[in-house]
Amino acid sequence: MAGILVIAEAQEGALAPISAELLGAARKLAGEGAGTVTALVAGSEALAKELISLGADAAIAASNAALADGTADAWVPAVEAAISQSGADIILLGQTSLGRDLGPALAFKFNTAVAMDCVEVKADGGKLKATRSAYGGNARAEVSFKNSPAIATIKAKSFDGLAPDAGRSGAVSTIDAAGTPRVKVLATTKAESTGVRIEDAPVVVAGGRGLGDQSAFGMLEELANLLKGATGASRAACDLGWYPPSQQVGLTGKTVSPNLYIAIAISGASQHMAGMAGSKNIIAINKDADANMVKVSKFAIIEDYKKVVPALIEEIKKLG
Amino acid sequence: MNIIVCVKQIPDPETPASSFKVDEAAKKVIPAQGIAPVVNPYDPQATEAALRLNEADGGGKVTVISLGPDTARDAIKHALAMGADEGVLLTDSAFDDIDNFQTAAALAAAIQKLGGADLVLMGRAAADWDMGVVPSGVAQILGVPCVTLAKAIEKSGSALKVERVLDDGFQTVEVNTPAVVSISNEFGEPRYPQLRQIMLAAKKTVQIWSAADLGIAGEMGAANRVLTLDALYVPKVESNVEIIEGDSPEEKARNLALKLRAAKLV
Ligand SMILES: Cc1cc2nc3c(=O)[nH]c(=O)nc-3n(C[C@H](O)[C@H](O)[C@H](O)COP(=O)(O)OP(=O)(O)OC[C@H]3O[C@@H](n4cnc5c(N)ncnc54)[C@H](O)[C@@H]3O)c2cc1C
Ligand SMILES: Nc1ncnc2c1ncn2[C@@H]1O[C@H](COP(=O)(O)O)[C@@H](O)[C@H]1O
Repeated sequence: MAGILVIAEAQEGALAPISAELLGAARKLAGEGAGTVTALVAGSEALAKELISLGADAAIAASNAALADGTADAWVPAVEAAISQSGADIILLGQTSLGRDLGPALAFKFNTAVAMDCVEVKADGGKLKATRSAYGGNARAEVSFKNSPAIATIKAKSFDGLAPDAGRSGAVSTIDAAGTPRVKVLATTKAESTGVRIEDAPVVVAGGRGLGDQSAFGMLEELANLLKGATGASRAACDLGWYPPSQQVGLTGKTVSPNLYIAIAISGASQHMAGMAGSKNIIAINKDADANMVKVSKFAIIEDYKKVVPALIEEIKKLG
Repeated sequence: MNIIVCVKQIPDPETPASSFKVDEAAKKVIPAQGIAPVVNPYDPQATEAALRLNEADGGGKVTVISLGPDTARDAIKHALAMGADEGVLLTDSAFDDIDNFQTAAALAAAIQKLGGADLVLMGRAAADWDMGVVPSGVAQILGVPCVTLAKAIEKSGSALKVERVLDDGFQTVEVNTPAVVSISNEFGEPRYPQLRQIMLAAKKTVQIWSAADLGIAGEMGAANRVLTLDALYVPKVESNVEIIEGDSPEEKARNLALKLRAAKLV
């Protein structure tokens, strides 16, 4: 048997955006002959039905409460049950807190490999081939799998989801499998987020080490608010304690693909680009005309940000 | 505690894109001229975590393992100079071009040969292949739990309390030892080796083991990869930037605002 198993994710009772993206990737593979698409989600049958409307041929609701903490220990038996039910030989997960742990745990459990953080997948004679970035985004690697199942985690925003269609039909079932977590979750704290979530924001204004001090983020937030966007930061700025890590953009932070990304005093290291290169329009404000961020941008101002950003805020206000 | 830290030597991940080159036929990175390899940046943080845990505990031992070419000895020396006690270098042509899954098997075999540990610390990912799978793999092979992306770690009775980084916040977990924990950049700066410690480190022992010493020679070699590398290349990026001109910063700002409006971006 062949087929694709998608490990979908839900947050606060609703499907997370990565679930639709994973189904988008899975439908592509199915179209290339990789078999049918089964989706697994922790939660209710209602969520499973929603996965059908997003393109799954069959969906499984895993009802066991132990899955809620997202430990790989709890999840592995649930995935095993879903594999034996679906006969899948390709497993897709998101590059998320869950996928980062569960992907490798499954790979070592089944004596196979996982390709992490993939940006492209294809089925070649029914076999998975994946493309991922390596060397901090400086290189691309194309990989394939010696053993089965082939497992890949997918980078956020790499695939478009299908438009939900309530007319799609497929079998919905429930399983109750779960393992005993050896890691006990004592507390989970959500990062304080004010305003638009950076992953969903149509405009992102991001600042880097070149800002020179934390207070400059006030100016960036003002610009972001004016444009109804979110404020982000490079890792250098986050590591300095200037901005919360939950707003970090890049390889080890958030992946964003806004319509407008304004990079202020950010050099454009490959690891930063890995999180925002998909932005439709990049604007750079940087003192250095040779900065990588300037090269990849649509428009750039070569100037001290302190002199430009306040003026830009005023000019945009004037435009009304 | 008896702690083992795994450290990897990699090409400098901050190598500018302009100096980063790939030999596509060999599917290998060409070492950049004049840029020395470094210790994977998360790994000294793992060493730091080990040292702090034992300092707080008033004793213990820290052993460092690195799998790599002979130059990986420098990555071990760095950890020894930070204060680790002993090193083990896993080096063998059988390790050339192995994948992360084979690396996990080799590291787990070395940990077993050392008699195991209360805690194995690693980095969240090696910044060459950016996979982040070895900690989970070593844990699975050793049959112990794994906690990833730690930003803080402390002993809590016979267990460990770990604060870890999530996509949208933080999580505090408790795990019994023995365990594997991977450290994330949020952990903070590792200590910088002092001259005196660098000199002391020169006297510390570094054992050298081959694949045969670990009894795993048959599983190593590129032919036994489970993840096949089909191609490696540098993605093309085109530059079409329009530099916004103006006689003053204010005028540049105005011209940018007008361009953005014309393009319906604001
Ligand atoms: C394994 C690994 C993972 C990483 N993950 C990430 C990640 O997820 N996200 C990330 O961002 N980074 C990440 N990094 C770090 C990355 O390599 C860079 O070090 C970092 O992105 C640099 O941040 P920066 O551009 O803010 O700082 P810098 O590179 O120091 O650039 C500062 C810029 O500001 C400009 N500047 C200075 N003063 C002014 C001024 N007054 N006005 C205008 N411009 C000015 C300078 O010309 C320069 O271009 C990672 C690194 C590693 C090794
Ligand atoms: N060759 C190696 N030698 C020693 N430790 C390694 C090696 N490869 C990976 N590791 C450890 O595993 C962590 C994650 O690596 P990876 O899973 O390859 O991204 C690293 O931060 C190291 O602590």
